[in-house]
Amino acid sequence: MGVDMENVTTKKTSKWKKLWNQIYKSRYSYYLMAPYLIIFGNFTVLSVIMSIFFSFTNFNLLEFPKFVGFDNYVRLFLEDDIFIIAIKNTIILAVITGPISFIIAFVIAWLINELPRRWRWFMTLIFYAPSISGNAYLLWKLIFSSDMYGYANSFLLKNGFITEPVTWLQDTRYVLWIIIIVQFWLSLGVAFLAFIAGLQNMDQQLYEAGAIDGVRNRWQELWYITLPQMKPQLMFGAVMQITSSFGIAAVSSEIAGYPSVDYAGHTIVLHLLDYGGIRFEMGYASAIATILFMIMLSSNIIVQKLLRRVGT
Amino acid sequence: MKSISMRQFLNDYKVKRRIKRRKRLNRSTAGNIIILFFLLLFGLFSAYPLIYIIANAFKPLHELFIFPPKLFPQDPTFKNFSDLLTLMGSTWVPMSRYVFNTVFITLVGTAGHVLFASMCAYPLAKHRFPGKTLIFTLIIYSLMFSGAVTSTPVFMIMSWLKLIDTPYSIIIPAFAYPLGLYLMKQFMESIPNSLIEAAKIDGANEFRIYWSVIMPLAKPAWLTLIILLFQSLWSANGSGYIFSEQLKTLSYALGQIVSGGIARAGAAAAVSVVMLIVPVTIFILSQSQIIDTMSHSGLK
Repeated sequence: MGVDMENVTTKKTSKWKKLWNQIYKSRYSYYLMAPYLIIFGNFTVLSVIMSIFFSFTNFNLLEFPKFVGFDNYVRLFLEDDIFIIAIKNTIILAVITGPISFIIAFVIAWLINELPRRWRWFMTLIFYAPSISGNAYLLWKLIFSSDMYGYANSFLLKNGFITEPVTWLQDTRYVLWIIIIVQFWLSLGVAFLAFIAGLQNMDQQLYEAGAIDGVRNRWQELWYITLPQMKPQLMFGAVMQITSSFGIAAVSSEIAGYPSVDYAGHTIVLHLLDYGGIRFEMGYASAIATILFMIMLSSNIIVQKLLRRVGT
Repeated sequence: MKSISMRQFLNDYKVKRRIKRRKRLNRSTAGNIIILFFLLLFGLFSAYPLIYIIANAFKPLHELFIFPPKLFPQDPTFKNFSDLLTLMGSTWVPMSRYVFNTVFITLVGTAGHVLFASMCAYPLAKHRFPGKTLIFTLIIYSLMFSGAVTSTPVFMIMSWLKLIDTPYSIIIPAFAYPLGLYLMKQFMESIPNSLIEAAKIDGANEFRIYWSVIMPLAKPAWLTLIILLFQSLWSANGSGYIFSEQLKTLSYALGQIVSGGIARAGAAAAVSVVMLIVPVTIFILSQSQIIDTMSHSGLK
């Protein structure tokens, strides 16, 4: 018995010792990673944990946080009508802009790849430029401005579609759609570049083999060879587009105003910024952040699972 | 490490990466026409607002408000840009101050991010050590939610560190932007192990390998990180973390000018052009390297 115990403990210590040896051996790896991981650990990992923790408290940064259980969540879903509007708008925006921008990014990347090589860089620039142009999307405010100098109004007036200027950004019927248009304009970002890159680095021998095996046109080539080969890039692109489509905030507040007319352009992130950045109700803001985190993470994981299943 | 054979090896490796393309098979003229049509249509939607904003920056004030609006200026002028300079002198906080703040945030944030992310990416891509899978899994999951989720705790941490109302409240979180590390790590995996082993035989330690073998080869990846972070910091508003007027960013000032109404419309267009020209130029200069990096971006 005693011998057995001794054996077990030596096994255990040797296991820990082995791990420690491994850690010691790779200490230079840890030194190299340390600066990044300390910051990442604080501002991403710890921040998410803090968000979840403080969502069960009442906290205004000055007084000690008070534990309130699920009160914040109850208040969000049962008493806060504006939050319900924000959730509704966010889901509409995400369901429309997420999948469509993903498909558009791929389609345009594919169209560009069909061009002769020397044109490609220019077309890539044209499509990628909006997403890196900083605040250039403020221009859409001029396009949809309410007087007749606005581009949309003057175009419609001149061609006789309307007789007086439309107040685009003050009308609850249009606000969400305008945000969607602007979001599309901005949506060809990292995912788009990943698709361009994936298409350009495709193994050309596959296409030659396909041609021998009876692929007759570019559409068949796209369906049978390109898409299955692009799967890793497509999965990465999906993550990028989903995350950004749930996170729409600045576009809405800059274009439609903050708050927008009847909260027509209000999103979860804007609601979060309202409570976290203006009212300093940190507990309540954390509850909003936790819900947003759950929504983003679960939709990403579900889409990843679905995409992984396609074509296998 | 500076032996000739090593240099030869590097060159061969670089040449091999440029894949020669052969002529396309199975392409019909009708298909080409359809493709060109759609590209022009989408391209117009994408480019038109940018052309419009650049054109506006060169229009005199009376031309900005004619009905119907014209795309190209009839009587181009640089007055909007010179107005911007006068505006810089006359406002309470000089415009140059906003420019300095944004340049400071962008340069320090981007440089730190490229350095830290590449230092972290090298072991993740090339070493084996306990905890590697856990770290990389956390990075992947952090791609799946946006920075807004952590904005409240980040504010708390920053206020505990007494960094609120300093540019560092924007710069430090930017150092650990997860997408940058992810792309860097994916790219570094394509660097052949033989190079690292050769350097080890030559007696280089890990830091030396990182700096003299990995970093030069990872140039496409750091150019990508530069453009990604540069554009997000360049347009960072920062109004949630920075409250003193003299520390606010150019993007914030632009917002103020734009909401300044008709009298400032020309100057607003001029600032927008300034804001967009810098990241777009960087992208033009580094496009092929960025595409090279993105080809390793796939999620497996």
